[in-house]
Amino acid sequence: MGSKIGESKKRVEDARLMAGEGTYIDDLQPFGNIHHAAILRSPYSHAKIKNIHIDEALKIKGVIGIVSGKEVAELSRPFPVGVSEPVEYYSLAIDKVRFVGEGVAVVVAKNRYIAEDALDKIKVEYETLDTVVDVEKAMEHDAPILHENLKTNVVNHRFFDYGETDQAFEEADIVISKKFKFPKYSATPVENYGIIADFKASEEQYTVWSNFHGPFTLHSVMTAALKVSGHQLRLQIPKDIGGSYGIKSGSYPYIVLMSIVSRVVGVPVKWIEDRQENLLASSSGTDRVTWIDAAVKNDGTVTGLRMKMADNVGGYIRAPEPANLYRTHSNSTGAYNIKNLQMETIAVMTNKSPTGLIRGYGGPQLYFPLERMMEIIARKLNMDPADLIKKNLIPADSFPYRTASGGIYDSGNYQGALNKALELIDYEEFRKRQKEALKKGKYLGVGLACIVEPSGSNMGYVTIALTPEERAQGLPKSGSAEGATVSIDPKGSINVRISTVPTGQGHETVASQIVSDVLGADDNSIKVYAEMDTATSPWSVASGSYSSRFGPIGSSAVYEAAKKVRNKLLKIAEHQLNVPIKNLSIDDGKVFDKNEPDKSISMKRLIGTAHWNTEALPAGMEAGIHETAFYNIESAKAPNADDTVNGSATHGFVVDAVTVEVDETTGEVNILDYITVHDAGKLLNPKIADGQILGGLAHGFGGAMFEELVYDEKGQLLSGSFMDYLCPTSTEMPKITINHQETPSPLTPLGAKGLGEGNTMSAPAVISNAVNDALRPLDVVINKLPLAPNMIWKQISEKKQKMKEEV
Amino acid sequence: MQQVKSNEKMTINTKVNDKSYEVDVEPRKLLSDFLREDLGLTGTHVGCEHGVCGACTIMIDGHAIRSCLMFAVQIDGSEVETIEGLQKKELGLELKEAFSKHHALQCGFCTAGILMSAVEFLYEENHPTEKETREMLSGHLCRCTGYEGIVSAIQEVAEKNNEGR
Repeated sequence: MGSKIGESKKRVEDARLMAGEGTYIDDLQPFGNIHHAAILRSPYSHAKIKNIHIDEALKIKGVIGIVSGKEVAELSRPFPVGVSEPVEYYSLAIDKVRFVGEGVAVVVAKNRYIAEDALDKIKVEYETLDTVVDVEKAMEHDAPILHENLKTNVVNHRFFDYGETDQAFEEADIVISKKFKFPKYSATPVENYGIIADFKASEEQYTVWSNFHGPFTLHSVMTAALKVSGHQLRLQIPKDIGGSYGIKSGSYPYIVLMSIVSRVVGVPVKWIEDRQENLLASSSGTDRVTWIDAAVKNDGTVTGLRMKMADNVGGYIRAPEPANLYRTHSNSTGAYNIKNLQMETIAVMTNKSPTGLIRGYGGPQLYFPLERMMEIIARKLNMDPADLIKKNLIPADSFPYRTASGGIYDSGNYQGALNKALELIDYEEFRKRQKEALKKGKYLGVGLACIVEPSGSNMGYVTIALTPEERAQGLPKSGSAEGATVSIDPKGSINVRISTVPTGQGHETVASQIVSDVLGADDNSIKVYAEMDTATSPWSVASGSYSSRFGPIGSSAVYEAAKKVRNKLLKIAEHQLNVPIKNLSIDDGKVFDKNEPDKSISMKRLIGTAHWNTEALPAGMEAGIHETAFYNIESAKAPNADDTVNGSATHGFVVDAVTVEVDETTGEVNILDYITVHDAGKLLNPKIADGQILGGLAHGFGGAMFEELVYDEKGQLLSGSFMDYLCPTSTEMPKITINHQETPSPLTPLGAKGLGEGNTMSAPAVISNAVNDALRPLDVVINKLPLAPNMIWKQISEKKQKMKEEV
Repeated sequence: MQQVKSNEKMTINTKVNDKSYEVDVEPRKLLSDFLREDLGLTGTHVGCEHGVCGACTIMIDGHAIRSCLMFAVQIDGSEVETIEGLQKKELGLELKEAFSKHHALQCGFCTAGILMSAVEFLYEENHPTEKETREMLSGHLCRCTGYEGIVSAIQEVAEKNNEGR
């Protein structure tokens, strides 16, 4: 049987994954002589490396080599960075360490146990230096400097002015100013990073297997570091990756490191990261301080925003940072019709671990202050937050909508989705319940968050980090292309090759649905290959699994490739049946004349013609059936000279409505109901879509409530294991209701947009709003995360103490 | 207690997924590494190596155990079952069917461990409430699904088996 686009088809991935037959990186053994690597890491957050003594370690039986910064400096150069300042970031510390956990040396041994034994025998002489971990302190003129050649820790600093912001502030009835702190937290897939690297000296060829999932722009970053051409670094990604949520894009420094290690030691090398390494040194989201001013009219209309945001990118700014500051640049005003916007963006290096992509990239950091502000403004004006939001939402008849900073919101009906959410949470009724509860000393609250969910990032948005003058000196960057190949073999089996590198999102299933639908083919005749190989896969720099690209871009590439195959088969049928193409249709394994259904030819015959009987093909047609399509979004253009840019292909919408009860005596937050209404255009597989939403929500919920990479003043990580870094488990997850509205994107062939990151962006904001709503009678305002009981309890107690003193 | 030097190997006899093995192992080798590296049973996954994530859960003599917290030598004389062995168990097949139906897995990395715990749970609990299922599941981390599909799948199998009794 064939399946259709839009059905909740069961996943083709499930059977192998539940049989224990998945193929993850640690399951691969491409060579017999693989050796295992372990990494010695810095115990200090900021120190000079005076000397490394490896002799004792080398004496251990089974150890075959040790690599340190010396070899790395010889065989590579610093990774290219996305800013103009010359930050020297290598895959291993060269003469200085800048965060706890930075790699200092690599031991290669017969097995991991022996390699770890040897780590204990390496003696490193350090000279410790002053540490700075706080982003505001790191910007001060007398702060310890991490990279002496720069003379500052501020590594990117830009100003933007869109519309008539100064005028909006002059004409405002009130101006509200707040400061927000967003914490550093991570994405913790249950599978850690894994690399197998092999260097063949005779061909000067690096071949690396890893669970890296792109963006493949980073392939160029890696080849530049290794000083090789593109094909000298062949990347192969196994069929299965044990989750990522963005963080595995940060495995690329290790790809370079293990490549060098394999070269120096002369054997293929396998390195599997452990959990402590993952929390300490892999990558994470940035912590950000945001100062935000809003120009507001008495009726609640927000007429202008000024935002200053400072991102803590850790010890080294590394690609694609400072993109966290700019990923949401073109949707900085969110779901609101605000035409006047000034922004100041700052990336700061401190002695924390380096940052990178994690789910929602930049979105949680943007929407937490923005959506908190909407609640604060409503409170100030004595309005209900729902009314304030309604007042400011982008009208449904104004799509495509151009934002102040250049974003093009392709389609939407934000009012429709908001009304649905208010209905589902029973907003009016809850307000009554809340009043009744308060009389009994119970603190109930309801929060709202409306967020625009960008998907399919434009390759050009990152260059907004540079000034228009700096950009003008280089090649402009634009587009968002993805490739896919559909081929049919002589037996009629359909093979689909994708380069979207899924990490659990079910791309194999959805790709097969699309191909089945387009070709009227049986599901069993289709096989999708998600294994990526830079030597043989159809890919572009934009390929990979990030920015929810599969919905708008990856699926479209599969669709276009399948359509090419369909057209070819129809052309052969036209030739053989002597019926014009426009009258032909495909169904049930046959091509037939719509006017005379008896006039038909089997697909098997048409496919066979292209392989076995090529003289029966129409004149000039190529033999075989093997079509590749590259899909691109035209609206993904390079940034303009006025610093406007459309950062994403498509823009979905999410409304969250959440009710909570806060225990005044303990500070504990109990979520009563979590409603989330989504508009991601046409849903390709609703069940998979809901799965993505739930996962994204769980991640955002974790960030809102529990997860934080906590550092002390010396730069030591205090939450370096799963005993201390708390991820939500099944008992913490609240009851969640998902609802959909489908406003198709006019820009994608199937009308689909991306999804799965929206609630990671919205959850910290909406839960905070609900908690603040609950604590309103106590006059307690909470503008930081995570919403841990001890933090909330402390604020309640302090308020009570203050009130007592005042009395 | 048997004493061995750190560089000596110990011989263990064990039955894994109904196959008998006599193998020499280093005393310090973790059970999870032994299963994956020495027996080639890569369906058991390692996620944290400190007993929190639950990905490496297997069955030893009918009990769900974290294989990263045990040494291989500790299974001498025991019967072990891993995800690969679940293919032959009726309850295992029912759970898999329900997991697929309820979209209870995405990347699949944590799934093997969860299935093993679920098998033990359903052998012991005839009428689990959703709360009890969630309590059991709270010993596992899944970062893809938000757990909802997993809870539904286990509840469905529990209810179906009750009807059959």
